[in-house]
Amino acid sequence: MADTMELRDIEVWDGNMAAAQALRQVQVDVVAAYPITPSTPVVENYANFLANGYIDGEFVMVESEHAAMSGCIGASAAGGRVATATSAQGYALMVETLYQASGMRLPIILNVINRALASPLNVNGDHSDMYLGRDSGWIQFDAYNPQQAYDLNFVAFKVAEDHDVRLPVMVHQDGFMTSHTAQGVKTLSDEVAFNFVGEFQPMNDMLDLDHPVTHGVQTEEDWHFEHKARQHNDLMTKVFPKIQAAFDAYEALTGRKYNIVECYDMDDAEVAVVCMGTSVETAVEVAKEQRAKGIKAGVVGIRVIRPWPFEQIAQAFQGCKAIAALDRSSPNGAPGMLYNELAGTLYNAATRAVLTGYVYGLGGRDLTKSLLNQIYADLVANAAAGKPTTALQQLIGVRGPKLEFL
Amino acid sequence: MAFNYDKYLRLEKMPTLWCWGCGDGVILKAFIRAVDKLGISRDDICVVSGIGCSGRFSSYVDFNTVHTTHGRTVAFATGIKLVNPDKYVVCVAGDGDALAIGGNHTIHGARRNIDMTLIIINNFIYGLTNSQTSPTTPQGMWTVSQKAGNIDPTFDACALGIAAGASFVARETMLDPKKLEKIFVKALEHKGFSYLDIISNCHVNLGRKNQMASAMENLQWIDKITMPKKKWDELSVEEQKNIFPTGILKEDKEAAEYCDLYAEIIKVHQGKRKPLTQNDFAKKI
Repeated sequence: MADTMELRDIEVWDGNMAAAQALRQVQVDVVAAYPITPSTPVVENYANFLANGYIDGEFVMVESEHAAMSGCIGASAAGGRVATATSAQGYALMVETLYQASGMRLPIILNVINRALASPLNVNGDHSDMYLGRDSGWIQFDAYNPQQAYDLNFVAFKVAEDHDVRLPVMVHQDGFMTSHTAQGVKTLSDEVAFNFVGEFQPMNDMLDLDHPVTHGVQTEEDWHFEHKARQHNDLMTKVFPKIQAAFDAYEALTGRKYNIVECYDMDDAEVAVVCMGTSVETAVEVAKEQRAKGIKAGVVGIRVIRPWPFEQIAQAFQGCKAIAALDRSSPNGAPGMLYNELAGTLYNAATRAVLTGYVYGLGGRDLTKSLLNQIYADLVANAAAGKPTTALQQLIGVRGPKLEFL
Repeated sequence: MAFNYDKYLRLEKMPTLWCWGCGDGVILKAFIRAVDKLGISRDDICVVSGIGCSGRFSSYVDFNTVHTTHGRTVAFATGIKLVNPDKYVVCVAGDGDALAIGGNHTIHGARRNIDMTLIIINNFIYGLTNSQTSPTTPQGMWTVSQKAGNIDPTFDACALGIAAGASFVARETMLDPKKLEKIFVKALEHKGFSYLDIISNCHVNLGRKNQMASAMENLQWIDKITMPKKKWDELSVEEQKNIFPTGILKEDKEAAEYCDLYAEIIKVHQGKRKPLTQNDFAKKI
């Protein structure tokens, strides 16, 4: 039996430690990992807890991220509770195996400490790695601060391991801005945390020798489509009720409420910013200042990126006149992921708000309050005109002449 | 007069990001002196590096340089060499870079015997990410990923290079900058895949928790675990354990080089010769 760790009600943890503590508390059986900045401390802390007797589990330091996720897939298929962490280039190297994990319906938890993708080489936070895996069949949660990184890991295990779901889950947090910024984190006791998730109940595991199974079989045009269709069907129909139930149960346990789409001051908002990660907290603060000036400003934070919360998004903007979608990843020749998803969602919705997009914060560049104030000023003008008064896409906070397109 | 490194360095990048007392600087300087000694123009050499402390190498030297993804130096360099067979191509990678995440490329670059130099800066640890077990970390050492002691067997980089087919394989340490310079000259002159295991120190991230927290202690340890090949050969098999032989471990000047072989393929397509058959090769299956 692993030793119990006595935690204070509030611990000062950065996002990496918060995630690692959650992995300890749910007693992850196997972590196969490869170091990469800024995610390394998640698995390093796990290894530390293990070495000090706080986990009954196994840690393997393998030869690449591809091998890390492959090891996780093997351990999960064999019937273990499995997690790891990565960032950017490591995530990119994992991509082949991400599709394997979800296609095999393995409930692996991956903490993705968001970081820019090279080239140019950059270790700081943006969302390009998060966007890279969005069609991989994983569920994706986004944490905006260390507390949420802690909480969402429990929810992730709860949802992933549900036998009606059986899909892997990523918990995202912003590299450095969340992962290396220490804040007060309200903790659960080891017992309460473990009981929220419960004992791991394997399904179709390879070590159930009475019911031998094969994972990762080949299907061609005969059955491949049906497998993918079933996975998509489950993501579209089964996952959100389970996420909502897990959020509800977590709220009942802790008092901390999470929503599939987080709305801040949206009840009567006429202008709204939509963003993810640490930007949400900055935007909420700016929106409050805008409110003080008499502008009906709101913020929408995307909590669940995959599956995409179509209905919740459509409802979030009722009464809204102008929306800004903020993408922290270079769309490289397109309007931007959030912009596109919002446009696709709202096109048939009752909302006829003006939708414009912004690309910001690449490679860890700050999203400042003055940039957000400028966005709200644009939105107010758009709302008044009833049409875009700016280009549909603007790059903000970048040096050189103004870049705007579409 | 002291050697002036300035014309080979990107001075705006100085000082380096390497820790005080790091052997990477010794290796960098020896490499620059070797390039100077051979009179290689800065335009005729390309330095390719991966990720890790060693990855900084390509930022500091004022040659044609590429800073690639983790582990892929030899793969990138293969492309560079095939397009520029008459240029010098040098890969700089760490032990994690060349032997773990990029191990596959290291094997196949050596197997093809393509004319390039692979400098593996081997400090026995993932230094940049702060002390995780690497393929060369000695068993029993403390790392942040194995605080109860590393159980993974230790890798002999040169044994891999020899087995994979590199035609020039050598090992030196950062303890002797003169020898380093000489081995770099030899490696650059050699036509074929030159595979160098260059042992360096990391007292900060390897030594700190393994009783060699100062550079000097780490260097003494390197001295203890290495021995010139001539002396090493005289040891019994039992005594050879845990000692790495240094110097040239393999030198095959006859092995066919990949770009030369490729030139033959080009001739086939130009109708200048018949397709190659097994009879064109000395070694047949």
